[in-house]
Amino acid sequence: MRPIDVIEGKVSVLDRHDVDTDQIIPKQFLKRVERTGFGEFLFYDWIRDGEIELESNPILVTGRNFGSGSSREHAPWALEDFGFQAIIAPSFADIFYSNCTKIGLLPAILDEEHCRLVAEAGEARIDVDDETVTCAAGVFEFAVEPDVKHRLLNGLDDIAITLENGAAIDKFESAGGAERGPVTTAL
Amino acid sequence: MLQNMFEKIWEAHEVSEGLIYIDLHLVHEVTSPQAFDGLRLANRPVRRADKTLATADHNTPTDGTMAARLIADELSRVQVETLERNCEEFGIPVYSLGSDRQGIVHVIGPELGVTQPGMTIVCGDSHTSTHGAFGSLAFGIGTSEVEHVLATQCLVQKRPKTMRISYSGELGSGVTPKDLILATIGRLGTGGMTGYAVEYAGPAIEALEMPGRMTICNMTIEGGGRAGMIAPDEKTVEWVRGRPGAPADFDAAAARWRQLPSDDGAMFDTEVEVDAGAISPMVTWGTNPGMVIEVTDKVPDPAQMDSPGDRESAERALAYMGLTAGTPMTEVAPERVFIGSCTNSRIEDLREAAEVVDGRKVAPSIRAMVVPGSQQVKATAEAEGLHEVFRGAGFEWREAGCSMCLGMNPDTLSEGERCASTSNRNFEGRQGKGGRTHLVSPKMAAAAAIEGHFVDIRDWS
Repeated sequence: MRPIDVIEGKVSVLDRHDVDTDQIIPKQFLKRVERTGFGEFLFYDWIRDGEIELESNPILVTGRNFGSGSSREHAPWALEDFGFQAIIAPSFADIFYSNCTKIGLLPAILDEEHCRLVAEAGEARIDVDDETVTCAAGVFEFAVEPDVKHRLLNGLDDIAITLENGAAIDKFESAGGAERGPVTTAL
Repeated sequence: MLQNMFEKIWEAHEVSEGLIYIDLHLVHEVTSPQAFDGLRLANRPVRRADKTLATADHNTPTDGTMAARLIADELSRVQVETLERNCEEFGIPVYSLGSDRQGIVHVIGPELGVTQPGMTIVCGDSHTSTHGAFGSLAFGIGTSEVEHVLATQCLVQKRPKTMRISYSGELGSGVTPKDLILATIGRLGTGGMTGYAVEYAGPAIEALEMPGRMTICNMTIEGGGRAGMIAPDEKTVEWVRGRPGAPADFDAAAARWRQLPSDDGAMFDTEVEVDAGAISPMVTWGTNPGMVIEVTDKVPDPAQMDSPGDRESAERALAYMGLTAGTPMTEVAPERVFIGSCTNSRIEDLREAAEVVDGRKVAPSIRAMVVPGSQQVKATAEAEGLHEVFRGAGFEWREAGCSMCLGMNPDTLSEGERCASTSNRNFEGRQGKGGRTHLVSPKMAAAAAIEGHFVDIRDWS
């Protein structure tokens, strides 16, 4: 994952609520076994049907509950591959939010009014460390969990961090923590 | 200190702050290939193959194709074959196409008895919340997290808030757990449970059998919830007893499970109360599961909605769905009926639907299909003769898989086709580009197939 610190540039706007991941990347593109190349299929039906137009910019501003539905990480992959580095919305679906942070695509939560102002401004600068979005209309604060921020700023691989903690996992398992549940290999 | 069920399970699995241990990792073909690639690139092994289980379900044709290499669609074939190869390489048990244990991942977990109370369960699929019906903490994860769990058997996870939804009274005749959860999502909205682990409680939940509880927990994600949970009781214990994955020392395990329910007086961040007796059979009218009304209602009028955002969403949904405000729901006529999916494809769902269609005929305007959730459900149904009931009525009887719930396989809707579906998502294009989905219970879907339009199952016999 590439470190992200400041994201700056033009803003694309998708003025809809409850945009689900089936719209972001329709299921027919989930059959690929690669992680890259999903950008050209972003919002495939909406764009092909002329329902929306979307420019490739660093920042996307959209409506509440963005990324609802399926857990497909292909959705953030497609958004990132299309060119977005940050998504600003009043709220995100939980799994989508988490998936974005794992690949270095910043999900930033601003209230609806601030989202509207950023959309109108057309350009913005997001400072991950300061947790601010700056645009012509003002400076707006968003929150990001400290451990997520640390990973984003440093471009750290979650797995490597956890494996550094391997002794704690060993200890948890040897203290009986691994005894719950079936042995799948013995079924 | 008093604890709720979520807190008991969470704390028993905390390796360190924000890192929880995973007892069971379920894997399927769509969200795992990139995770296995990641392991290979970093030269990392799977930490606990013995806590991992895979099946093929999303891509699998339901037409009787019984081996991965025979799948006609090349991309689907490659994806299922890739799953088989990855599982072989990393020593993970896999029930792929052709196995008598193959099926929808959320159907086979409980069926094999690998889903047990008190466990943490994850899968790269949002409907993993289904398993919470057993008093486990179960939720969907993305592919990066799948890779993380494969490598570490742990998951970095922010602790969710807790919500309890208490259902008083009892469900009326003809009203099912599907209606209960649809009505709940209709009330709270598709984002109403976001950030929460939700415990469903109260007499109406206690009265339900395990399959109905699974239907409810399954759709938690449609309300945005992280996980849905129901306290284990004797029905839960008896479900697991005797299944292949049941603990060797069953009585000791069952004694531990009985300690899991939330303590009397335990606190939740949010409490919601619902009168189960007031719930009617539900039908969705729009393009998300929160856009739902009672079958006796009329298609809502966007002009009557307060917020401009809701109005716009509703207008767009009605245009997509080809519906006119004010039309009675019972006049809406589907062309397709789909009974299946991880929400409603267990043997009990099929029995309920079969009872409705027994001795009747599917309306000539309708193409209807039944897709059992697993090979074992299919075998049980056939032993009971349900396949003959369905076929006799004019339904197609197919092989196990996700089928038309998400249309990643040949089962899809055509542009403009309207479907009464027992699945979980009515998003635009979900069942096929331009397809129009109405979510309903198995009984309501079966009755719509016979009549050619939606009916109030309570008045229908």
